[in-house]
Amino acid sequence: MPIEWIQGLLGGLMIGCAGAAFLLLNGRVMGASGIIGGIVDGSGRSNFAERLAFTLGLILLPAGLAMARGGAETFASDNLTLLGIAGLLVGLGTRLANGCTSGHGVCGLSRFSLRGLVATLCYIGAGAVSVLALRHGLGML
Amino acid sequence: MRLISAFLIGGLFGAGLLVSGMTDTRKVQGWLDFFGAWDPTLAFVLGGAILPMLLAWRLTRTRAPVFGGTFPKPSTEGIDGRLVTGSVLFGMGWGLSGLCPGPAIASLSFGGAPGAVFMGAMVLGMLAAPPIIRRVSAA
Repeated sequence: MPIEWIQGLLGGLMIGCAGAAFLLLNGRVMGASGIIGGIVDGSGRSNFAERLAFTLGLILLPAGLAMARGGAETFASDNLTLLGIAGLLVGLGTRLANGCTSGHGVCGLSRFSLRGLVATLCYIGAGAVSVLALRHGLGML
Repeated sequence: MRLISAFLIGGLFGAGLLVSGMTDTRKVQGWLDFFGAWDPTLAFVLGGAILPMLLAWRLTRTRAPVFGGTFPKPSTEGIDGRLVTGSVLFGMGWGLSGLCPGPAIASLSFGGAPGAVFMGAMVLGMLAAPPIIRRVSAA
């Protein structure tokens, strides 16, 4: 098995343990777009500090790890216009759908949620079409 | 305690994203490239993440959250146009960039200008959602 797959499985288990701990300890669904979205639009005022603490951990620990490793692989694209359009779509879409890969994908599928399954199939399908158009149609990737 | 726990859990989530390679946009776009050189890594990540969550949801049946409150109830909204439209828009942006909200935040410190532009645009997109939802539900 290639090392990337083992790292994927290990990192996935860490993500799942984080989600399990957030559920069992704090009683909350670990959805990145919901946590940050509630800070951005003010809808999460009642538990603002908890959202902020989570977000700070999510920024600072990878920052420390990346520094210790001497950097991290990140971006395939430095086309800022493309990234701006993508960011708008991701921000708007996840708030309309009430969830992203972590909320609908990890937390929803493991709960056998039909909404989570439909959302996951929709964003994977749309993502595959985007990559197909960008890489094989426009040759931009 | 809730805050310390949320901070550490956010950190564990971020470390998991980094270790799994999900902050590397090429891996994500490689997984979405079903018609090209398909990279299966993301399937291992999703599978690995779902395992502990299966156990956690099972445990919620017989206990309460350690730091108080109640467990989140399943949404009663069902499958509607908002869920499908939102997920399709999200997927388009995810494919174009290789970034979803978790990895976008986790890679802020080392993502440079591309990461900052994506993050800024994502925040704007999030701000645009409530007025659009109000307009559509009023119509």
